[in-house]
Amino acid sequence: MLNSLWLSHFTATSAIGRGLEPTHAALRQQRGGLAPCAFETVTDLATYIGEVAGIDEAPLPASLGQYECRNNRLAYLGLQQDGFNAAVGAAAARYGRRRVGVLLGTSTSGILQTEQAYRRRDPVTGALPDDFHYRTTHNTYSVADFVRTAFNLEGPAVVVSTACSSSAKVFASAARMIAAGLIDAAIVGGVDSLCLTTLYGFNSLELLSPEPCRPYDADRNGLSIGEAAAFILLERPADSLDADAVLLLGAGESSDAHHMSSPHPEGLGARMAMVAALKAAGLQPADIDYINLHGTATPSNDAAEGQAVATLFGNRVPCSSTKGATGHTLGAAGGMEAVISALALQQGFLPGGVNTRCIDPDIPIQYLTANREAAPRRVLSNSFGFGGTNCSLILGRAQ
Amino acid sequence: MKLTAYLDGIGLIGPGLDNWPAAQPILAGTAPYEARPLTVAAPQSLPPAERRRTGLAIKVALAVGQEACANGQLDAKQLAAVFSSSGADNDNCDAICKVLASDDRHISPTRFHNSVHNAPAGYWGIASGAMTPATVLCAHDGSFGAGLLEALTQVAVEGWGTLLVTYDMPYPAPLHAKRPLPAAFGIALALMPERSAHSLARIEVSFSDTASDALAEPELEALRRAIPCARGLPLLQAVARGTGVRVVLDYLAPLHLAVAIEPCR
Repeated sequence: MLNSLWLSHFTATSAIGRGLEPTHAALRQQRGGLAPCAFETVTDLATYIGEVAGIDEAPLPASLGQYECRNNRLAYLGLQQDGFNAAVGAAAARYGRRRVGVLLGTSTSGILQTEQAYRRRDPVTGALPDDFHYRTTHNTYSVADFVRTAFNLEGPAVVVSTACSSSAKVFASAARMIAAGLIDAAIVGGVDSLCLTTLYGFNSLELLSPEPCRPYDADRNGLSIGEAAAFILLERPADSLDADAVLLLGAGESSDAHHMSSPHPEGLGARMAMVAALKAAGLQPADIDYINLHGTATPSNDAAEGQAVATLFGNRVPCSSTKGATGHTLGAAGGMEAVISALALQQGFLPGGVNTRCIDPDIPIQYLTANREAAPRRVLSNSFGFGGTNCSLILGRAQ
Repeated sequence: MKLTAYLDGIGLIGPGLDNWPAAQPILAGTAPYEARPLTVAAPQSLPPAERRRTGLAIKVALAVGQEACANGQLDAKQLAAVFSSSGADNDNCDAICKVLASDDRHISPTRFHNSVHNAPAGYWGIASGAMTPATVLCAHDGSFGAGLLEALTQVAVEGWGTLLVTYDMPYPAPLHAKRPLPAAFGIALALMPERSAHSLARIEVSFSDTASDALAEPELEALRRAIPCARGLPLLQAVARGTGVRVVLDYLAPLHLAVAIEPCR
């Protein structure tokens, strides 16, 4: 990466709150948002989920009605927070509608719409109902199309869908587009919403915890699925930045080349992504003040990531996973955790992980279970996904 | 910054287009196009357990990716990869939705991990051993253009050699009626920052308002219009003809992508 980019505006909506203020408050109070799963018709899974309240009561405006699905509703709800709408409008006015890109991550897009439509297949012909719209709901690109359309933008747009690293990798792609001069600003982030495919899918892999997930706990027993919408407006730094302005200093990507649903056992791919991010930022491991771990709370993921972190950083750097609070928001996790990392930088604290009772003694890293007052200047955020896809981001304060 | 790259290898599979050498005279207009169903072998580079789990989208993606590397005499381990598709393993998606709509919602672990949009990239990593960055994109009908842009920015900004793999496959009923993709198709381009002895052409990509180019052959033009990744065919036609030319490809309205192609031999 050639130059740092400015996270000029950002916002996140998840089970711990709509927008930055409630998200910050929940983190400060170490208040998690996980609750027993009673999503949709899913009553047979003994697991906890991080559901965003009120999506069912928040329809899209009629002009965007063809995009109606849970994922785009969550996106729309997220865009209303923290003045993000207005910030995009101002960026489009300043740079031009073709100079603002939309690069968002999602894993399952609006697949819930299709899952429900399959229940309403015509009993004779098997046809899907007329009110089912594939392009604007199910298709993986739907959420980027929705955001581009909602803001009347005409620039490049894309969805990155690399499972749970999706909305971290969008930062790298957007930075390349800005460096290449194709765009002046980008809406990046991710939106992923609850659906049956992920609930029953992770259940089939026996990766769902029967309790709120406990990242890096010796007795961790799986993940809790969540949903979130995180949006960041990324642009070149203004001539003078506030001291607490947050910059993207580097991104690093790698692949495990190992297995479809298990991480490389020594976390080799994870380590390569962190090394690449440090190199892109021109930093050394000693320059990092906090690591927001991927930390899904599955036994193998935390062991592999922990080994990679310990190899590079030893136990010097305070680390935590915030998935005990939000749940694993899958394709939105990279964006969600970039926003949490930005809050840590701006608000001067390190969020302790919740639900973890007994830190795994076999993972030699400095895992935080309580908040710590601090003045972090640079933080690293990890996102790793199925298919062995890894991305690490480094964010830092302007001063 | 100019978005340029050297095209060192091409992979192609489609109905009546078995591979790049076979398709070259058809695209150049010196051999007739004959439509027939696409055939693609299971990737031998995958371990047997993984090979059994691959559906059509993964087979097509891996086949064209390997062909592009082989034609360019490139080591896949050294290349970053950009995968782009308007869908994914669409048979697998249908199977999962059917199970989830039934009284027994147990889906198999293999079905689930093959449901991610990046499944072909995951299998590509296992088959090739490449630990380099791999991203996986979707832009609906603009997926070829989105992949080309991402690959070109990787080459131009990062200085990486990047393998672009674009692929699509049909949905079975009932989704087919909502998204009628007629056939599977795949195009791969090995794009390099420096000219080599294997470079076929230098390409430069920019945004354009001009309407996209059509193919003269009516059946090929029908494929181009119906299958998102086949929107890249005008670029391949230009390379097949071996003349310097500028083609315009579909991207996301109102934007198109202009590709200036200069043959290297």
